[in-house]
Amino acid sequence: MSIDFQYPEFEVERSEDCVYCGRCVKECPNGVHILTEDKKLRTRPQGCVACHRCAAFCPTGAIQIVRSRHASRANANWSEQAVTEITKQAATGGVLLSSMGNPENYPVYFDRILINASQVTNPSIDPLREPMETRTFLGAKPDTIHRDANGNILPQLPPQLSLSTPILFSAMSYGSISYNAHASLARAAEALGIFYNTGEGGLHEHFYQYGPNTIVQVASGRFGVHKAYLNSGAAIEIKMGQGAKPGIGGHLPGAKIVGDVSRTRMVPEGTDAISPAPHHDIYSIEDLRQLVYSLKEATGYQKPVIVKVAAVHNITAIASGIARSGADIIAIDGFRGGTGAAPTRIRDHVGIPVELALASVDQRLRDEGIRDRVSLICSGSIRSSADVVKAIALGADAVYIGTAALIALGCHLCRSCQTGRCAWGIATQNPELTRRLDPDEGYQRLVNLVTAWTHEIKEMMGGMGINSIEALRGNRLMLRGVGLTQKELDILGIRHAGE
Amino acid sequence: MMLDAATLDWQALNEAVRDGGREIEIIHCTGERFIGAGASDKKITIHGVPGNALGAYLDGGEIIARENVQDAVGDTMNDGRIVVHGSAGDALGYAMRGGRIFVRGDAGYRTGIHMKQYQEKRPVIVVGGRVGSFLGEYLAGGLIVVLGLGCTDVPAGNFIGTGMHGGEIWLRSLKPPQHLPPQVHLEEADEEMLAAIRPQLEEFSACFDLPMSQLTEGRFYRLTPNAQNPYKRLYVQN
Repeated sequence: MSIDFQYPEFEVERSEDCVYCGRCVKECPNGVHILTEDKKLRTRPQGCVACHRCAAFCPTGAIQIVRSRHASRANANWSEQAVTEITKQAATGGVLLSSMGNPENYPVYFDRILINASQVTNPSIDPLREPMETRTFLGAKPDTIHRDANGNILPQLPPQLSLSTPILFSAMSYGSISYNAHASLARAAEALGIFYNTGEGGLHEHFYQYGPNTIVQVASGRFGVHKAYLNSGAAIEIKMGQGAKPGIGGHLPGAKIVGDVSRTRMVPEGTDAISPAPHHDIYSIEDLRQLVYSLKEATGYQKPVIVKVAAVHNITAIASGIARSGADIIAIDGFRGGTGAAPTRIRDHVGIPVELALASVDQRLRDEGIRDRVSLICSGSIRSSADVVKAIALGADAVYIGTAALIALGCHLCRSCQTGRCAWGIATQNPELTRRLDPDEGYQRLVNLVTAWTHEIKEMMGGMGINSIEALRGNRLMLRGVGLTQKELDILGIRHAGE
Repeated sequence: MMLDAATLDWQALNEAVRDGGREIEIIHCTGERFIGAGASDKKITIHGVPGNALGAYLDGGEIIARENVQDAVGDTMNDGRIVVHGSAGDALGYAMRGGRIFVRGDAGYRTGIHMKQYQEKRPVIVVGGRVGSFLGEYLAGGLIVVLGLGCTDVPAGNFIGTGMHGGEIWLRSLKPPQHLPPQVHLEEADEEMLAAIRPQLEEFSACFDLPMSQLTEGRFYRLTPNAQNPYKRLYVQN
């Protein structure tokens, strides 16, 4: 196989503190550490994905993962990655498969946007001293009030999701992530008064109890979708697209359809679970409307319907159509959104940044006078509370977080979910690995993260002299751009810093 | 309980169906959508032509359409039975997981796409006449039978079973279907094999009062997937 030779990307450095206990051997799911018969440790760095599990559990802190120094001749055009990928494809004829969000060096607009604060006039507010409202209601808002003959308001409010803070856990299916990861998300959503999302993998029977904090997803494969499932959640999400892989479907390999995953998806063990790229019954906004209303009819108009789409070139027209389809909420997933598996080329080259998509959709819906018909959820790499504040000021009602939630659960972003050998017990169904994630700890860490972000959101709001998240939504005067072109500023609807 | 669709808009009609008793008869139906969506214990008889998504997410009970039906009948159906005395539109039984749909006449494009089965859940579609193209695409489970009554040619359009990775499609046809995708395995069924679908044919025969001999005469072809994991070797880890 010398023609396919690739020097490993990472190497393991073992300091003299190593006591040859073999813990690293047990922790590594990729066979990188090997304990020999004469009690020496050998390394097979080819398998290393830099998940840091061995380093984290080495009792003497003797392990360091380093980037290989093995050199190729410098070439600004043919990167080592490009060469490696061609070699892999020449050897196998396969489509390159990756996971997690787009890691390429495209502009991150959130990092070119700065938040305002009050000085002297319109004084800032101290959230420790004064009430600060982050409660958010997602759903269609009526444009007229109806009264009876006596002038009493007739309550005709469409169903709303009530969130204590404008953050939801995004769709991650049981199958792509483990039972314990789902348990952590469900419990945290309940404790926080927010929502998690089943993804297209059905709902495990144990998690029906978290229904009031659950969004159930309906995607093209309709896995695990039946009446009890639809009725169990607080809202139903139709997945039309995903930021990590716009325009293509999903494929959970038969090897991952085992035990409970098979039961929950209602797919026989060992059979591939294929979600076709399109919904084959949706070729138009009218068809989408049909699915939206069939779900509403089947659940008695008790639940808001979310339509999730990837941010793509014509997102404004698409969002306008969705708003007119009867959907209550639109979720826009940017091109940096994560995934358990996606073709590398799609993940890295298809879709657009969510900041631009969000700002233009919010503006378009306002221009058309239909912004209140829907709420907007923004996702696709929300990395901090500052991203949340910026997203809301650009027009979002709330954000979905996926990758950030997984990092809270122990994900080290080694981007190997597609192998099914997640060393941290998150993106795997291997029982040896899944038990590494303790849902008691996982749930607490998610609660910690969202609580901390909420504090920070309140502080930033207070700094701007805003005491209600309502007053931040679409409030682009609170944002300024740095190092952006006039075109970019126009699309974002913000002014340049200093203006 | 009798409902006159001519006097109700579609939402009011469906509300009346939801709130109505177990036996409901709808007259003057003219394209009202979503009738019986998510119903589980009703017997709904429809005179006239119901609109799209009839019996979507149906979870039990029975819907009888005395005339034609439109698109997306039995979408994601889980249990129960839909009997159509006329013809059906496109996307019949999309992603259906359980229950039975019997259509006396023809069905349109994309019949039985992505049907799936699980344990005791095995969906069945039997179409008396012919169907359009894309029959049983992505089929992951269940049984589709197209009887081609009155057809002299193959009773299905093009692209049968593309992406099929489970389930069975049966065609009663004098000629084998042509241009099948590589993931589909075709064989002519003998008497012994035909016994496997006899219970479904008997139910069809009883629904429409047709003699079994008419349904079983001639040749049957059975289409099954070549492999459970058609996409297995498509990828390389990166």
